[in-house]
Amino acid sequence: MIEVRGLKKSFGDTAVLKGISATFEEGKTNLIIGRSGSGKTVFLKCILGLYDADEGDIIFSGRKLGDLDKKQRKLLRQELGMLFQGGALFDSMTVAENVRFPLDFFSDMAVSERADRVNFVLKRVQLEAAHNRYPAEISGGMQKRVAIARAISMKPKYLFCDEPNSGLDPDTSIVIDNLIREITQEYNMTTVINTHDMNSVLEIGDHVIFLKDGYKVWEGSKDEILKADQSDISDYVFRSNLFKKLRVALRAQ
Amino acid sequence: MGLRSAIYSNYFSGMIYRLLQGIGTYFLLVTRVFKKPERWSEYRKSFWRDIDHLGLDSVGIVAVISLFVGAVVTIQTALNLEDPLVPQYYIAIATRESIVLEFSPTMISLILAGKVGSNIASTIGTMRVTEQIDALEVMGINSASYLILPKIAASVIFNPILITISIFLGLLGGYLAGDFTGMVSMSDFVYGLKLGFNPFYITYALIKTVIFAFLITTISAYFGYNVKGGAIDVGIASTTAVVNSSVAIIVANYFLTDLLLS
Repeated sequence: MIEVRGLKKSFGDTAVLKGISATFEEGKTNLIIGRSGSGKTVFLKCILGLYDADEGDIIFSGRKLGDLDKKQRKLLRQELGMLFQGGALFDSMTVAENVRFPLDFFSDMAVSERADRVNFVLKRVQLEAAHNRYPAEISGGMQKRVAIARAISMKPKYLFCDEPNSGLDPDTSIVIDNLIREITQEYNMTTVINTHDMNSVLEIGDHVIFLKDGYKVWEGSKDEILKADQSDISDYVFRSNLFKKLRVALRAQ
Repeated sequence: MGLRSAIYSNYFSGMIYRLLQGIGTYFLLVTRVFKKPERWSEYRKSFWRDIDHLGLDSVGIVAVISLFVGAVVTIQTALNLEDPLVPQYYIAIATRESIVLEFSPTMISLILAGKVGSNIASTIGTMRVTEQIDALEVMGINSASYLILPKIAASVIFNPILITISIFLGLLGGYLAGDFTGMVSMSDFVYGLKLGFNPFYITYALIKTVIFAFLITTISAYFGYNVKGGAIDVGIASTTAVVNSSVAIIVANYFLTDLLLS
């Protein structure tokens, strides 16, 4: 579980996060949504420790990030998996080498055990045939799946995804969404996803928080979004005619 | 104080502030680079990859340039020393001193600043804008050290080998050109190469090379590592890295020459 309390972050005179609190539970897919510039990415990077927050606490299963020394922070980082927007695969390495990379750095497994683990996670994301291909030789959707495989290779407790569906076709987006939800439940991970994709919100949003101008203005589940009357969230999620009709239809059921 | 002088004063104080800030950030990065690696075996893999990319890949261009520049230096020296009172072996002495003292360590380092420096800045810069560096940091890896330390080690170890090859081929080029054009006989050239040879000049050339290799790698890595933006910014960082590495080499060359030879 991750608890965030009163998180504030500014860049120069610009306040990006203005005191956000949220709790992300394990075994659930927690989604952060909001318009561009609402502070989603900064929020995610503060939780990951890529940005230092100006104020507030981030607590990973009882461990306050600010109180951890360097060694403890390093150990905590080995419990984090991250799926970046563009995949962030290492170009000079093959698919298998990318997935094995965190294992080579941090695990004490024998070489054969590492190879078995790589095979296992690549099979899990249905890419067992792509072992020796380079990231430039595979599609965007496959790159995302390799990135997921790399993120789960160390069996993380926390998984973070930044725009996992950006640049993907609808079919592949659904595959990625389902994969993230399945592995969240399999590993009982705390998964935090930053997304603009409304399909993902309504499909896998066990817990959704909506950010606006650096504040959290709404929180609930995908089912609660359908009933939400608050104009901020309903204007954002149901802006398109298709989603407006969908809400009417679902409310009528 | 007039308006114009106030503007100039603001401009120069801003420039000095940015320069000092840049130097400070550079030294902070270098400090991070020399922190204890998480796992040596992974650094070793990167080191051998960098020996290949930064060192072995440069052998061809260094060989061709050295051979022909050595030949040109010999021909030009011969043309300028065309006097019956000046012995022909003086041409070999002048060629030797030019190649060993300046051409191989300094000029080849400038060429490497262009080739290797732009490679380092663009590779690391691309990793920055495609979030590969963030990925390393999230995993708990000291990205500065993992990406830059093997490159420094590869350059500092391999550049002296390149410069040694350059000296040898430069002198060989001079020897062949002298014979081919008939300006210096082979025996005079070999005699001149040996006459009054100071072995410390080789040490001086290698010391310069090691320091230049360090400057090329760290300055280029600094500009690549701190890229913000996209592809255009990577290109700008690459150019800035080459320009700054070249200036640093020229300035360092002056101080090293003053320190080691005077």
